[in-house]
Amino acid sequence: MTQQRDVLVDPIFNNNPITLQVLGICSALAVTISMTQTLVMCLAVIFVTTASSLVISLVRNRLPTNIRIIVQMTIIASLVIVVDQVLQAVAYDISKSLSVFVGLIITNCIVLGRAEAYAMQNGPWLSALDGFGNAIGYSLILIGVALVREPLGAGTLMGYEIFTPVSNGGWYHTNGMLLLSPSAFFIIGLFIWAIRSWKKDQVEAPEYEIAANVQYREVM
Amino acid sequence: MASIDKDSLTNTFFVAIVVCLVCSVVVSGVAVALKPQQLLNKELDQKQNILRAAGMLDEGAVVAPDGRSVDELFSEFTVHVVDLNTGQFIADRDPSSFDPIKSAKDPAQSTKLSNDEDIATLRRRENASIVYIKRAEGKLDKLVIPVRGYGLWGTLFGYLALDSDLQTISGLGFYQHKETPGLGGEVDNPKWKRSWPGVTLFDASGSADVRLVKRRSNSTSAVASREVDALSGATFTTRGVQNLVNFWTGELGFGPLIHRLKASNG
Repeated sequence: MTQQRDVLVDPIFNNNPITLQVLGICSALAVTISMTQTLVMCLAVIFVTTASSLVISLVRNRLPTNIRIIVQMTIIASLVIVVDQVLQAVAYDISKSLSVFVGLIITNCIVLGRAEAYAMQNGPWLSALDGFGNAIGYSLILIGVALVREPLGAGTLMGYEIFTPVSNGGWYHTNGMLLLSPSAFFIIGLFIWAIRSWKKDQVEAPEYEIAANVQYREVM
Repeated sequence: MASIDKDSLTNTFFVAIVVCLVCSVVVSGVAVALKPQQLLNKELDQKQNILRAAGMLDEGAVVAPDGRSVDELFSEFTVHVVDLNTGQFIADRDPSSFDPIKSAKDPAQSTKLSNDEDIATLRRRENASIVYIKRAEGKLDKLVIPVRGYGLWGTLFGYLALDSDLQTISGLGFYQHKETPGLGGEVDNPKWKRSWPGVTLFDASGSADVRLVKRRSNSTSAVASREVDALSGATFTTRGVQNLVNFWTGELGFGPLIHRLKASNG
């Protein structure tokens, strides 16, 4: 039981794919401009990661080592196309605003990372849990970022106005920078800072130390 | 299972083929099954964009204020394929299977624009396009034309609607663009869009001359009715919008059609 729980819960804070492994950043920059888009993207990633981990784990004993990455990519790509097609049929407006980013789940390092690092070595049930947990960890960060970007950048949340912007006759001066991709970097950086000051063991050891400056002694 | 050498050549081929087959069946199955719904969505979306530009459907709404559906509203429009050079309708061409934007890429169905003509940066312009006309009591009530042109990052695609006098704009809306969110992306701002209805298109000599300006002229001057507020912080997008409106209502765009309809409508 504990193993199952660890597999599911660990990726949320202890081993978060975005803040610790620093994977899947590009979609975190792209879709967090609005909460609706973010939620749909998160659901898509949860489905793809869980299903791909499950399927890859089921076939792992038959997978020839030298073509395993191609097979993994084929399975992931098929799942992503299925999600994209379903979105186009069910939620056309959102799929239009997400445009290429649904398709780019294929290249989201988290999906392939979990397939290669976990699902190839573990049973289907644990692999599915692991995929699900990682996708939840990814989703939490994305939702957090969107929660900052959408209200401050556009004055809305889920498309509903919460601060009426000046351009619509209100009082709120929208911060355009938050609608541009770099702002997601800043916010994710702040998240990483917050998580690492809470969980000190995530702080990476410095790769080198700056030597003490001794030149002034030589001069003296 | 365990006795199989998974790295053998046979198994490699076997796995590769089975994976390809299963995945292609799943993908094509889903694509085929969902195709009708996707086409419906696309069509509905296009109708909504046209109705929004014509001011018959509110932003974000899916039914008209009086409760009529998109399909009912759209049924008031007749769709025509129009020859852009002559302004005549082409009756024997089916508008539902004709894609003007695609035909603009085909040298046989389009004309190359010279640099001076090409203010909207299209490079090639299709020879025929589609217009949507709403008639009331036999007289033209609204004309909706597709417009497109280059902004800052890419081409803006939209619809421009004209009132019955074919001189007053009744709305402009873009359904696809890549402008910077918060700056050029404000072309989607409802408040800015509301500044379009009532703007007049043509100057005294009859050429299209809408201007997006930082400072409006004195309201008594001749150009005041042809001016719209520019978008702040979006010089290139603003210039692009001004150029595309003037291009598509001008002589190289739907100008010949507009003049013909004006003359025949009296």
